[in-house]
Amino acid sequence: MRKTKFLGTKINPTRFHRSQLKYILIITPVALFMLLPLVYIFNYAFKPLEEMFYYPPRFLVEKFTLQNFVRLFSVTGTSGIPMSRYLFNSIIVTVLVIVTSVIFSTLAGYALSKLNFRGKKLMNEINTLALMFVGVAVMIPRYLIIEKLGLIDSFAIHVLPYLAIPVGLFLVKQFIDQIPNELLDASRIDGANEWQIYTKIILPLIKPAIATIVILSFQSVWNSADTSITYINNDSLKTFAFYMNSLTTNTNGVAGQGMAAAASLIMFLPNLIIFMVMQSKVMDTMAHSGIK
Amino acid sequence: MIKPLILKKPKKSRKMLKQQRTAYMFIFPYALMFSIFIIIPVVIAIILSLTYFDTVRAPFWIGFENYINILTNDEVFMQKVLPNTIKYAIIVGPGGYILSFLLAWILAQLTPKLRTIYALIIYSPSLTSGITMAVLWKVIFAGDNSGYLNTLLMKLGLIVEPIIYLQSQEFLLLIMIIVTLWSSMGVGFLAILAGILNVDIEMYEAGYIDGIKNKFQEVIYITIPSIKPQMLFGAVMAIVGTFASAGIGVALSGSNPTPQYAGQLIVNHIEYYGFNKFEMGYAAALSVLLLIGIYLLSRIAFKVFGNKE
Repeated sequence: MRKTKFLGTKINPTRFHRSQLKYILIITPVALFMLLPLVYIFNYAFKPLEEMFYYPPRFLVEKFTLQNFVRLFSVTGTSGIPMSRYLFNSIIVTVLVIVTSVIFSTLAGYALSKLNFRGKKLMNEINTLALMFVGVAVMIPRYLIIEKLGLIDSFAIHVLPYLAIPVGLFLVKQFIDQIPNELLDASRIDGANEWQIYTKIILPLIKPAIATIVILSFQSVWNSADTSITYINNDSLKTFAFYMNSLTTNTNGVAGQGMAAAASLIMFLPNLIIFMVMQSKVMDTMAHSGIK
Repeated sequence: MIKPLILKKPKKSRKMLKQQRTAYMFIFPYALMFSIFIIIPVVIAIILSLTYFDTVRAPFWIGFENYINILTNDEVFMQKVLPNTIKYAIIVGPGGYILSFLLAWILAQLTPKLRTIYALIIYSPSLTSGITMAVLWKVIFAGDNSGYLNTLLMKLGLIVEPIIYLQSQEFLLLIMIIVTLWSSMGVGFLAILAGILNVDIEMYEAGYIDGIKNKFQEVIYITIPSIKPQMLFGAVMAIVGTFASAGIGVALSGSNPTPQYAGQLIVNHIEYYGFNKFEMGYAAALSVLLLIGIYLLSRIAFKVFGNKE
């Protein structure tokens, strides 16, 4: 009797059961609310100009058009720099950040998890503490340092601040903790050095954690206009997120809204696609995410 | 017998020293960036907060004067910024956190396919950045007849005249809270979901044999205790996310300070003093207070969910 009751309400069910209906009823309105703004972007991005002047305004698009995208690509800002330039900058910056931060955090994560050295415990504690760090709180000292280092108006400043992500390192370290030490010791006896262990054993085993860092750094760097706004004066070095940002803050006209929605869509889609491709790996990493 | 012992000892320690050197080499690139962009800025913030610095002349030492001024002389801070920040932080932080647990728990009751679809929908807003999404919220909350919310409310007969939400003292903070909650189901939410899904099913079986009667007891006595580490990670992410997303008010209203300081949060206050008024020392003192506040909140989370007893 107890057993059947338990099975009827179990977590992570494999089959549909009537008792799950009530949860679907609760979650569906929430999901619709979450979805609403995204539906709006899709519709607005493909809306022809005349539909935007409808009164009362209509949510859904009636005649699909690529007009907004065409205008977005052909328009050049007040500075005379074409949008494609910003997009190009963003892609370069994003790729550099992802590749470098994966290398940096997996190397450090391996050392912090499996190697013995003086100061290991302290460094792990500092990184757990750094999870609570909020970058915007120290934007002024950061600015002063970057200025002192001569990095204002350099392309590198888009990349460097995103290479130390405490959450990324933390997740990688937690994930490497799960790898049995015997496996590594066995290869050490076979004569492998630490670099070989890192490349041949650790990296292949922590693919899910790597996927997670890829997503985390992609999100933070692709979506951020901060570095362009704060550290870059030269317009040709700014990124797409900045361009997007200036579109949205400077446009009040209805025509501008369509372009801004098209740009939002270009901003959002890569995030979504990357997450969808990697979501099972991310969930795998998250299962080890706990702070113990 | 003695000889091999003497020979063995230095050999082993040399090996360990080698490993230590490798470890430092592996950590170095990360540690360098970590120092430049996290540790040193925090140290400089602490030092600057004890000085007067207007970026033109060299900073000079004034002790705790900045802190005293913040607490006694800064009317905007005490009457607007602090109450706004507390209200915003409480609803978005713990509120968003409880919401993310509830949503994750409900999702865990569904079959895998359905769950993946819903999880993706709920997670997707966190993939957008608050600032770029401002354009869309601006249209929904537009202050004239063309705004979706105004149109809807006027159609329903709830209001007669359009409301200028984003410039309004009553609504700006509320809208900021809604927008932030909307995009707050991020990494912490996923961690909690993964945690709930990985609770050993035998735990529940045992729980029901021990007399657990309903879902509520199940959550309190089994689910939450089993996923404490994920709950803690989620809590820290919620606290950090709350303060990191604080630029949204300026993005929505289009100005810093926000109209009548309606949506002014401590982060905007720092930015305003630092980059508009060039009172770097004062801004640094605000930063230090913010970091201390975040740290104290996180400690509470560690007290609740950590197992350091």
